[in-house]
Amino acid sequence: MTAIPPVDAPGAPAHTGSTATRYLGFVVAGGLALLVALGLFISPPSIEQGDATRIMYIHVPSATTMYYGFGLAGFASAMYLWKKTEFWDLLAGAAAEVGLVFCGLALATGSIWGKPTWGSYWQWDARLTSTLLLFVLFSGYLAVRALQMDTAVRAKRAAFVALFAMIDLPIVHYSVDWWRSLHQEPTLARRDPEIDGMLLFSLMTGMLVFALLFTWLLIHRFRVEFLARRHETKGLADAIATRRAEVHLDQSHRSPDVLDASTGAMETTP
Amino acid sequence: MTDAVFVIAAWLITGVVLVGYAAYVIQRGKALSRKVPVEERRWTSK
Repeated sequence: MTAIPPVDAPGAPAHTGSTATRYLGFVVAGGLALLVALGLFISPPSIEQGDATRIMYIHVPSATTMYYGFGLAGFASAMYLWKKTEFWDLLAGAAAEVGLVFCGLALATGSIWGKPTWGSYWQWDARLTSTLLLFVLFSGYLAVRALQMDTAVRAKRAAFVALFAMIDLPIVHYSVDWWRSLHQEPTLARRDPEIDGMLLFSLMTGMLVFALLFTWLLIHRFRVEFLARRHETKGLADAIATRRAEVHLDQSHRSPDVLDASTGAMETTP
Repeated sequence: MTDAVFVIAAWLITGVVLVGYAAYVIQRGKALSRKVPVEERRWTSK
């Protein structure tokens, strides 16, 4: 396939940013700086776990953001199967990829946190195993999205894969209640939260900042997905046009035969 | 700080992954934007 030349108008900005994302980006950057200050310096060590608790300020927000990403991907996939519009397919793809990044972070930071608290980086515990399975399932979802095929067929198949992967999401959440687990039970989602004061404030700040960061990443990723789809469509149209022109030129040089442009059938001139 | 190695490693990995992924998304957006007509980029602003 021939390379597509740049079609940017002179002076037009070429990026996925807008005024809203720029403001949101500044808020996220400020929030992340505040989170670093709170999580690493201001918040005191906990009585039970000491300074290892500081990992909680990134691990728990990563896990909750993973829920937003995969939950949104599942919802958008269901909406795609219902409405069959490009918007829901692109949103599902963008949300799944951002969710996968935070899922990977939740697994990595949780593993690191496990060493000083459990004495091991990994246990085949219900929460950890189901989260790893979720990571694998949504990796498969993104692999399906990367397949080269008709966009409508691909979108439909990907939507079914996302809905299948979604079965694991409540299993991850309730695994600590359903099975005996090394992983602690929910700290905040209860009537009497186990932490308070500066620890709770730092954790809530982390969750808010990560939610805003997720929104910022999602908007940019959605626009990338949109541009990639336009580029894919344009590239395919250009390739078909080029190939048709080549065939037509080749046939007209070889014989007086004429290629019927509408049907592709050859007609021999008398 | 107790368990400093683990705390720093966790925060460092998170920072590197998030900054790296954000940079990747922005760069990919810039590269694709140059190949798609400006009228397709409805969000574009100076």
